[in-house]
Amino acid sequence: MERDSYKRLRLKIIGATLGFSFVPLALMAITFYAKLESTYFNKVNANLRNLAENKKETIDLFLNERISQLTTLAFTESFADLSREDYLEKVFSVIQIHSKSFIDLGVIDESGRSVAYCGPYQLIDLNYSKERWFQEAMAKGLYVSDVFLGFRKYPHFIIAVTRREGDKSWILRATIDSDIFDSMVRNVDLGARGDAFIINREGVLQTKPRNGQAVLEKIDFPVYQEFAGTRLKEMTVNGAQGLYALTWLNKKGWLLVLRDDPKEEFLPVLSARRLLLAAIGCAALLIITGAVIIANAMVSEVVKAEREKAALDANLTQQSKMAALGKMAAGVAHEVNNPLAIIMEMAGWMRDLLSEEEMKESENYKEFENALTKIEFHVRRAKDVTHRLLGFARRMEPLQEDVNVNMLLDQTRSFLENEANFREIAIVSDYQKDLPRITSDTAQLQQVFLNIIDNAIDAVGKDGTITISTRHLAEQGKVAVSIKDSGPGIPKDVLERLFDPFFTTKRVGEGTGLGLTISYSIIEKLGGEIHVESREGEGATFNILLPDK
Amino acid sequence: MKLLLIDDERDFIETMEKRFKFRKIDVTAAGSGAQALEILGREEFDVAILDVRMPGMDGLDTLKEIKKRHPLMEVIMLTGHGSVESGARGMSLGAYDYVLKPVDFSVLLDKVEMAYERKLLNVAKNA
Repeated sequence: MERDSYKRLRLKIIGATLGFSFVPLALMAITFYAKLESTYFNKVNANLRNLAENKKETIDLFLNERISQLTTLAFTESFADLSREDYLEKVFSVIQIHSKSFIDLGVIDESGRSVAYCGPYQLIDLNYSKERWFQEAMAKGLYVSDVFLGFRKYPHFIIAVTRREGDKSWILRATIDSDIFDSMVRNVDLGARGDAFIINREGVLQTKPRNGQAVLEKIDFPVYQEFAGTRLKEMTVNGAQGLYALTWLNKKGWLLVLRDDPKEEFLPVLSARRLLLAAIGCAALLIITGAVIIANAMVSEVVKAEREKAALDANLTQQSKMAALGKMAAGVAHEVNNPLAIIMEMAGWMRDLLSEEEMKESENYKEFENALTKIEFHVRRAKDVTHRLLGFARRMEPLQEDVNVNMLLDQTRSFLENEANFREIAIVSDYQKDLPRITSDTAQLQQVFLNIIDNAIDAVGKDGTITISTRHLAEQGKVAVSIKDSGPGIPKDVLERLFDPFFTTKRVGEGTGLGLTISYSIIEKLGGEIHVESREGEGATFNILLPDK
Repeated sequence: MKLLLIDDERDFIETMEKRFKFRKIDVTAAGSGAQALEILGREEFDVAILDVRMPGMDGLDTLKEIKKRHPLMEVIMLTGHGSVESGARGMSLGAYDYVLKPVDFSVLLDKVEMAYERKLLNVAKNA
């Protein structure tokens, strides 16, 4: 029952400590982590948005420049000049000084025939009149194509500018190096698994992405209406989950797509999370260990305090019991004494009368005489009891004498030696020779020793050993006397009441039940302690501790 | 020798009276301290046996009074109290001795005789 309550107390302390430690710790960790994550998330998003916008600007700028170059050329040179291959060659090389992004340059007349060309392919005398770009360019004056294979069977896109010269129209057409364009698009600082590519309105790749797909492949990408600005979307495309930044180019209906791998981007956060979890784990381990240690220490303190309190309580109970019983004993003894005195005197008076001559001749003289003797004997017996009671009750200041405990024990045992010999009980002395003399009351101590040795003899009964030993416990400042018998031991229920007044295990008339009570109060008055150790079947040991000063 | 017995227990005092008379000792009984002082005012006694515990004026008070008025008379305290203290206090107040109740009559008789001898001695000294 008690053990359970200690266990509960221990658990409560541990629980409270853990609760009060972990709740704030967890709150702190969660808040910290959430803050870190959202900050980092915002940063990653902003970064991606920035990249997309910058890239868009770069591409728009690039296209713009190319268009301007072509437009300038078309409107400064005449069809006649540019139709000459050598002149075209010269112009082309001038353009190439600034930008290597043009592969070739061609002049096409209004019928769709290629008039002049300079570049790596033989594209003279081809007729483009059926081509869509030709028709669009003729109609709109400026045309930027999607990427296509064309006659040369290689992905490219073209910019075509139409000029009206007199009543004729002609087209200046340039092809953009798709490798340079690709790398310009792709060249983005996005980590190992990031990507950047362009798709047209139909979801056809216009540049080669990093993930191995080819240009002109149609990818499964959600179709968006053109919108202004940049959008960030988290989605899964071709099995690749990622954070996507989408933005439409200004110069052409192309969608620039930047893909970022959140796993990669969030690696620092994940490692921070791992670190945080490890730190929390360590803290938890420390807290738990601490809580257990604290709980154990507190519980053991409580147990110790309770034990001390119990011992103190038991001691106080014993003392107050003694005091109360002392008062009661004195009262009873006194009330019994007066009638006893009267009976005694009456008997005495009768004895006086019997001593007269004429009474001695009475036939019942002997009977009267016997009866009187018995009355007197039993009154004395009762008187003994009341006087011992009063002796127990009275608070007499003990004497302060120089006592040699070993000698006193020897003297005491000599009183009982005859009785012991008669019962074949050996009394063994085991004294410490240099036992210091103590200041105490010889007569009262002797009464205690007599009582206990006498009890020991009674306990052994016949044929056994009584060992009397003395020791000086210097560090405790005590002299210890122990009287050990080889008797049957004292049962637990008897042990508890051993010092109670009138408690006796002897037959009626043999013991008053006051011997040990008086011994207890004497030793207490002398500033000592008396304890009994006994287990049934193993004899009993009375230990008396007396101050050694 | 004239002996005064002072005790509130009637049975006790009556029996004691008879026993002393049986031994040819001139004895008078008093049931209380006040009565004793009254008797002492009329007559002179050699020895008094005085119970410590009595209702009204107790033994010690009576002893003080007796010693004030009749300093030469010897007093033996009789204590049922069993307390050595009250006996000892009686002695310090001038009692000759004290005896524990229940009394062994022969012991009491011895003490009475010794007290009487001392009284005679003191009277002779003062004369």
